[in-house]
Amino acid sequence: MASFKFKNVFLKDYYSLIYDNKFLNKFKSFDYVINDYYFGCKSLEKAELKMQKTVLNNIIKKNIVDLKKIDLVVGGDLSNQIAISNYNMTSFKIPFLGEYSACATFVESMIILASFIDNDFIDNGIAITSAHNLNSEKQFRFPIEYGAYKPKRTTITATGSTAAVLAKNGLIKIESATIGNVVDSTLKDVFEMGGVMAPAAALTIANHLKDMNRDVNYYDLILTGDLGNSGKEILKEILELNYHIKLKKYNDAGCLLYNMEDEKSKSGASGPVVLPLVLFNKVLKLKKYKKILIVATGSLHSPVMVNQKNTIPAIAHAISLEVLK
Amino acid sequence: MKDNKYQQLVKKHTPKEDKLKHALIAFLVGGSLGLIANILVTIFNSFGISSKDSAIIVLLIYIFLACLFTSLGFFDNLVAICLCGLIIPITGFAHSICSSMLDYKKDGLVTGIGSNSFKLAGSVILYGILSAFILVIIKVILYG
Repeated sequence: MASFKFKNVFLKDYYSLIYDNKFLNKFKSFDYVINDYYFGCKSLEKAELKMQKTVLNNIIKKNIVDLKKIDLVVGGDLSNQIAISNYNMTSFKIPFLGEYSACATFVESMIILASFIDNDFIDNGIAITSAHNLNSEKQFRFPIEYGAYKPKRTTITATGSTAAVLAKNGLIKIESATIGNVVDSTLKDVFEMGGVMAPAAALTIANHLKDMNRDVNYYDLILTGDLGNSGKEILKEILELNYHIKLKKYNDAGCLLYNMEDEKSKSGASGPVVLPLVLFNKVLKLKKYKKILIVATGSLHSPVMVNQKNTIPAIAHAISLEVLK
Repeated sequence: MKDNKYQQLVKKHTPKEDKLKHALIAFLVGGSLGLIANILVTIFNSFGISSKDSAIIVLLIYIFLACLFTSLGFFDNLVAICLCGLIIPITGFAHSICSSMLDYKKDGLVTGIGSNSFKLAGSVILYGILSAFILVIIKVILYG
């Protein structure tokens, strides 16, 4: 069993930076909106680095009076060797744990931090992640200027960076978490990310509910990471077919971040920043939901393995949040 | 769930592509590129340049324009709309090299541009030469 309850961990503060690609749903609470892919830098990698640096600097500035000192930063991104995060942390004198689970990186960071804090190893910490559409295009797909055709089923990587402060006090309680299994999707299509990640998400949701002994209706909202339009429907169907769970109060962050009526948003948004962006700027701002289960899904696809005709594995991690006030 | 069954489930929820529309656009764009090329050849001919030379000049113009537009940053938008209409003609070949070069221009002249510019075009060159070689052998065997 990989589900556990936390006694005393809270989501204290968060910060989000996003690039405005013309089909973004502009939530009012975005802290920082940029309009330039290069963010004033000479290369895209440096731009992503600057994005992460801005976010980490600003969130530390906002909270340093309260927390006195930051004990740990946990985070990662989509670049090879999580280079962006590693380079970013050279400018901060804070211990750092880097990790990678593709688009589930942020929630994985939060789980790691929450368990450190709950066991009193540290008092607080920051989870951070970033993604850059063009950097991931370059890394996982075609050259940027090639303009390769994007089929309707594909999801579009969101550009941005998010950070969250976890501490021993706050208004949003991190109640429990479930660490997911790596699931082989049996698919080889790199454009079909929704279908790749849906079985992992279904397994994690089913495991979480079983381990915690809860009914699916216990949650006011179940929010998955970046399954997109098609993945959302696939998840609903697998949960019903394989686990006899009927999802009702459910939505997918990938379908909420972009204006889905715009043809360019394809199947929805993807990337590690999508779930935190939607959670922080829409779901928590609505103040409608008290019990929220966030399920971040990550497609662990490696271009090398896919070229060698292997299927794509995926992972999903879940955190249950309780809004206290 | 069995693999096949899951693949069918995924297929059911996957939006269909407008293949016919794409093929038609590619046909029209590719066709008009050919038409313009022919008109240009005729014009060059009227200036007294031989057909063979004018064909080469037209190809050079196409390659130059594709690279220029790629570098100016809007050719990728055209490719996304016109698809194979622009990829199959020589414009696509030039564009693929130019876009790879742009991607890696910050990584150094040798380690970046040098080793990555034929990332996409490399297979066209390799299999182009290979098939030419095989066809020549067949030609020699059949016609001597």
